[in-house]
Amino acid sequence: MSDGASLAIALADLVAIGLFIYGLHDLNSPATARRGNRLAMIGMLIALIAVLVQTLGVGLWAIAIGIAIGGVIGVYAALKVKMTAMPQMVALYNGAGGGAAALISVVEFYVTRGGSVAMNDVIAVSLILSAIIGAVSFAGSIVAFLKLQELMTGRPVTYPGQQIVNGLVAVGIAVLGAWFVVTLGLLPAWGFVALVAAALLLGVLFVLPIGGADMPVVISLLNSFTGLAVAITGFELSSTLLIICGALVGASGTLLTVLMGRAMNRPLTNVLFGAFGAAGGTETVAGSSGPQQVRSAGADDVAIMLAYAAKVIFVPGYGMAVAQAQHSVKALADQLEKRGVKVAYAIHPVAGRMPGHMNVLLAEANVPYNQLLDMEDVNPEFPTTDVALVIGANDVTNPAARNVSSSPIYGMPILDVDKAANVVVLKRSMRSGFAGIENPLYEMPNASMLFGDAKASVDELTSAVKAL
Amino acid sequence: MTDVSHYISLLTVLVLAVFVGFEVISKVPTMLHTPLMSATNAIHGIVLAGAIVIVAQLFGASANGPVLTVLSIAAVTLGAINVFGGFAVTERMLQMFRRKEGGK
Repeated sequence: MSDGASLAIALADLVAIGLFIYGLHDLNSPATARRGNRLAMIGMLIALIAVLVQTLGVGLWAIAIGIAIGGVIGVYAALKVKMTAMPQMVALYNGAGGGAAALISVVEFYVTRGGSVAMNDVIAVSLILSAIIGAVSFAGSIVAFLKLQELMTGRPVTYPGQQIVNGLVAVGIAVLGAWFVVTLGLLPAWGFVALVAAALLLGVLFVLPIGGADMPVVISLLNSFTGLAVAITGFELSSTLLIICGALVGASGTLLTVLMGRAMNRPLTNVLFGAFGAAGGTETVAGSSGPQQVRSAGADDVAIMLAYAAKVIFVPGYGMAVAQAQHSVKALADQLEKRGVKVAYAIHPVAGRMPGHMNVLLAEANVPYNQLLDMEDVNPEFPTTDVALVIGANDVTNPAARNVSSSPIYGMPILDVDKAANVVVLKRSMRSGFAGIENPLYEMPNASMLFGDAKASVDELTSAVKAL
Repeated sequence: MTDVSHYISLLTVLVLAVFVGFEVISKVPTMLHTPLMSATNAIHGIVLAGAIVIVAQLFGASANGPVLTVLSIAAVTLGAINVFGGFAVTERMLQMFRRKEGGK
């Protein structure tokens, strides 16, 4: 390749990197977020054209087949998926990226053994690390997807000696990896295959014991894993482009993960190794025994309560997402506002399955941003609130987090809905929340339950308010 | 033999990019966290560029069996799913933020 062409490719990569960084910067604000995504898309297009020029069309038919299949699958799935299934979709795409990084290392392993590409110690270390991390991310993301899609239990899967098994698999990976590096990739092929298989197994074992309530944290962590794998792949292929993009994502994913862990007031190690909710699943918290005694209310009663309130705060959770109730909630809010009721929405940082999950859904229903209040802003409001309407949220409203030190969620900051004059909880049944623990809120004297599908219940409330 | 200064400069780039990543992202409001995660997810789809390079390496090498060919195509396919799906899903999420800055 001529020097001019190499220079053009390097400059194209630089432009792409600039567009990625500027695009991420634009994602700081709702006003510029779409432009940010578009800029990143243009950056990606430039980078991909540059790499196609760089490879001079070698193996072009294979590349074209891969891009055609992957592009069709990716776009089709993205357009078809329901807004509520977004989190698991992100998990799947993330897993695809991790799998790609791992496969690159697998192919590179055989290519270097053929001798046509030189091996050295940096390539050996990065090849094995990106194979391991990519495989963990791939397998872990698929388990996260299966859990969120409810194709397998969302509960933590635990068994005796789990940590020991995980530890042994990790040690096995470390030993095989060391063998690989010491021999500069000239170990028997079965050793390498066993290593990749063990890394896949570790990915599965790593996510299995984590309950659905912690999935946002896990997806974010796996996202940063894939970023890391991509950055390391960059060392393998001596690609500045991959290193920078991978590092950007690795840093952002780590930061998001830490922020989420902080919001739940639990160190990351606790999320990952605590098997959250496993112990509390059947135990009753705080000495309450037997089935909980709750008051059940009718839609008409609740409608009157809402219509004559001065201030109502909606507390959406995963139940709203499942029932696709966001448009109904907005309709109810409109009715109430027409009657002069002050309306706001309380958004817990980990409500739903991902940070910002509720914001996205409510934005879809055209709820104004300024009505969406973060936990710190909304908690002082509850004591002066007439009705807190909890729509399919559970664990993020559980007062046990404040005062029951034996509760698995003890110490997690919650929305203080129990301080409102009235709390109405819309819920499908008395089944416990995703963390698998009972919620003493439901037994409080100011609380009442409205059972049923969230969308159906909210629609009922809207027509009842209209009829008043 | 390892070209030390080459890899040191790559390492420098890595460290600087990590700092840029933290700085650029730490200002994003909560409501944009899901789109942000989705967008960063799409950006690590740049692994597709790596997959393209590896296909070219493989086809340029003397020994490339059918198994390796399939594996390299699979790498490109997964990378393409990551890129195209990632950006499309982010675009769909962000479409919801179109109007109503402020609102009533």
